[in-house]
Amino acid sequence: MNRPWLLWLPLAVVAFIGGLAIYGLVVPKDDMVHSAMVGRKLPEFALPPATVGIEGLSNRDLADGKPRLLNIFASWCIPCKAEAPYLDALKKSGAEIDAIAIRDKPEDVAAFLAEFGNPFRRIGSDSEMAVQLKLGSSGVPETYVVGGDGTILYQHIGDIRAEHVPMLLEKLREAQ
Amino acid sequence: MIAETGLAALWLAAAMALLQLVGGLTLLRGEGKLTPLIKPAALVQGALCVVSFASLMWLFYVTDLSVLLVASNSHIDKPLIFKLAGTWGNHEGSMLLWVSVLSLSGAAIALLEKRIDTRTLNATLAVQAFVALGFFAFLLFSSNPFERLVPAPVEGAGLNPLLQDIGLAFHPPTLYIGYVGLSVAFSFAVAAMLTRQVGPAFARAMRPWVLGAWIFLTVGITAGSYWAYYELGWGGWWFWDPVENASLMPWLAATALLHSVSVLATRNALRAWTIMLALVAFAMSMAGTFLVRSGILTSVHAFAVDPERGSFILALMLMYTSLAFLVFATRIGTVKQGEPFQIVSREGGIVANNIFLSVILAIVLIGTLYPLAAEAMGDKISVGPPYFNKATAPIALLLMVALLLGPMLRWRRDDLKRHKYWLVGFFAISLWTGVAIWRFVPGVGIFPILGLALSLALAVAAWVPLKGRKLLRTPLPVFGMVIAHFGLAVSVFGMAAESGFSRETLTALAPGESAKVADWQVKLDDVRPVVGDNWVAIEGQLIARKGGKKFTLRPQSRQFYRPEQQTSEAALLTRWNGQLYAVIAQPDENGDGRWQVRLWWKPFVTFIWFGGLLVALGGAIALLGRMFRRPKKPAVNKWARV
Amino acid sequence: MRFSFFVACALLLVAVPQMSFGQGSGPTPELANRQLGDPAQEKAATQVMHALRCIQCQGQSIADSDAPMAATMRAEVRQQIADGKKPDAIRQWMIERYGEWVSFEPDMKGSGLLLWAAPLLLLFLGLFMARGLFRRKS
Repeated sequence: MNRPWLLWLPLAVVAFIGGLAIYGLVVPKDDMVHSAMVGRKLPEFALPPATVGIEGLSNRDLADGKPRLLNIFASWCIPCKAEAPYLDALKKSGAEIDAIAIRDKPEDVAAFLAEFGNPFRRIGSDSEMAVQLKLGSSGVPETYVVGGDGTILYQHIGDIRAEHVPMLLEKLREAQ
Repeated sequence: MIAETGLAALWLAAAMALLQLVGGLTLLRGEGKLTPLIKPAALVQGALCVVSFASLMWLFYVTDLSVLLVASNSHIDKPLIFKLAGTWGNHEGSMLLWVSVLSLSGAAIALLEKRIDTRTLNATLAVQAFVALGFFAFLLFSSNPFERLVPAPVEGAGLNPLLQDIGLAFHPPTLYIGYVGLSVAFSFAVAAMLTRQVGPAFARAMRPWVLGAWIFLTVGITAGSYWAYYELGWGGWWFWDPVENASLMPWLAATALLHSVSVLATRNALRAWTIMLALVAFAMSMAGTFLVRSGILTSVHAFAVDPERGSFILALMLMYTSLAFLVFATRIGTVKQGEPFQIVSREGGIVANNIFLSVILAIVLIGTLYPLAAEAMGDKISVGPPYFNKATAPIALLLMVALLLGPMLRWRRDDLKRHKYWLVGFFAISLWTGVAIWRFVPGVGIFPILGLALSLALAVAAWVPLKGRKLLRTPLPVFGMVIAHFGLAVSVFGMAAESGFSRETLTALAPGESAKVADWQVKLDDVRPVVGDNWVAIEGQLIARKGGKKFTLRPQSRQFYRPEQQTSEAALLTRWNGQLYAVIAQPDENGDGRWQVRLWWKPFVTFIWFGGLLVALGGAIALLGRMFRRPKKPAVNKWARV
Repeated sequence: MRFSFFVACALLLVAVPQMSFGQGSGPTPELANRQLGDPAQEKAATQVMHALRCIQCQGQSIADSDAPMAATMRAEVRQQIADGKKPDAIRQWMIERYGEWVSFEPDMKGSGLLLWAAPLLLLFLGLFMARGLFRRKS
């Protein structure tokens, strides 16, 4: 063989694949699907009320000049129950929260609110997940920080925990 | 008691492997005192592994729930055949199967191999033992199959219902036997490099192992594809899923190796390629084993994902492949050039075959690892069927073209003009078929058209090597080649027909309503509940009519309990020219009570797997032909000086 | 070994924010499981569906998945095809929502370029490496 460098090519490939594999094993996988809509305006939507006594939600309600939080939740979602106290804490600190309930029945939503509290101003019902698709949301719960002009500023995937509360409040403040 | 016996046998087998390794190392420095022990140690290792595996199988047979593995993977209510299949239907058991087949192969080599010199034989056994040792360590320190569970549970956790299938029960063993056969080829290749005996003798010794492994891999992949087709309920037969790719890559390497090793055995050419392919084939089978168990790639087929186990296998794989490639880089330069040949020759055809197969292998490898590499760079992308199909199809078609001509060419050098009538004929068949389809069937893509055209030409071309021969005097390996190549044509025909001409109808039916798919009229007669061993289902009665004939299809939507899982059992109606594939799904709660029915008419789809089996059959015929060759008087060894 | 593995899993569950995937109940969008009237349109829609990844699954396309989000995406694809949008535009629309990850076919520009160039590059590499094997015609 008159091309010695070629002989070392297989070893180089093994080293590369080995490095890749070690990376794959060591670095924890980020399995979350992030929305690519962050930084863009909210899509157009108008959702009916999720339950009796609450108003439905449209994108115009979220673009009225005041930055707010948009919480995607469902009564059948277990982490949503866990994050309820933190949503409450956010509300008490002055954050305004609207919500979208995914694939939910009015009576289940009412029961959920009765049991875990209602920090929401408006709750839209997205029973076919169509608005969830438009937002680039991949599951529940998720919380978006929406600017006063209706721009999506930040997406928090998963339930809100104690450590996330100050961070979300800070993001709302930045949006003013 | 049995479990402890199995574990003890495993430890002793590991000790035997260690003995062979040490013996091999002393061998490299000249004859050591341990060298005569290598062969017997290999035999004992094989026997001990049989004892160990048999013990595990016995524990599953009696469902001994005091053993952790049995408790986690079996259930007292499981049907017997699936209880037994449960022995290898889990990580630890499958590793024990792997190491047992590995050891048995070593024993077989020690017992039966007479063609190569003793030094290379001992080196081969030592390398084989080295490979086995890694897996023994894995089993004994990290994945002990005989671990006890105290207190023993009453029932067991049950097998995954998707695995309660006869096809899937045999799919892992066939693949493992394939991978182990490739490890034998690896051992031969490394040993030959170490003892500087890379020549026809070593190729002849390695060839049956490559052939045997390749046959099992072909059957394993074909069976796996068919299982996915009828079990997963969506009518697809290949998804380019990482686990599927993990089994395809060794097969591609093994196919190239098979052709290469034949050239080395008979023509003393392609030495470096043969060695390289033997190393790559084993590396691919180890990479596949790693990918599937480590969890670094997302897969529908993912099972027993555990990064800790993944790390162990990765370490083994990196150790074996880098040592082997190191030996390759330093030693292959001393291997003299084999006999030269021209581009237009049988050898040239096989080189083309090797190049095309290797390119497809590289594409599949790159595509499978790309998302991981991109993630390391911060990008999140997906690589799926649209990429793999578009990237590999052109190369595969080029391979088919090479197959039309290759087997006809003479060794060393040939002239295309000699074959011009055949070439014109094949070109004519392809052109006529392609134009006919394009003209009369609208909307068929270019790849299916080319695939159909070339497969028809290949179906004829495959038989050309038999022309002019006295058939009863033709050696079996030639028949093997012909049938295997013909099988490939059949399989590609099926693939092209299915991809180009399938028809799907998706509809909601109430009992009494009908739908149409291709030429079939399908009516939903009735839907009723059905109960099985450990499942309940709703079963649809579909009556399919075509041209006056009437058939019944009964697709089911099954709900398993323990563990809870919902599966769809497709109903298949097989005719000579295709399959009718029906799936039924539970209706929407808020819908109008109609049942979701999905129907496909897939023309010639069965040819895919029938062709695959023909390919394996061709290989089996060739293997038999070599194993039972009438012993001739020893020919003058023209390649005595290697 | 097994115990520590379970402990690790439990810790992981506690440490990482959790999500629930597609349960609940609701109507399935009509176009999720109903074919378009025009066969050519349906064929185009099917091709797009096979090239889009299901968000909530382990690597299936939305054509092959039973997940609710996949149903919503299928309905969206069919609707957009019926409205006259081109397949590539629909792919882009989905990518605008979920990123490149949702498309099974990597983009030709940027990181995907190497992938698409690979077959040709590898072919040339193979032919180049094989040059040394052949005897020159004397």
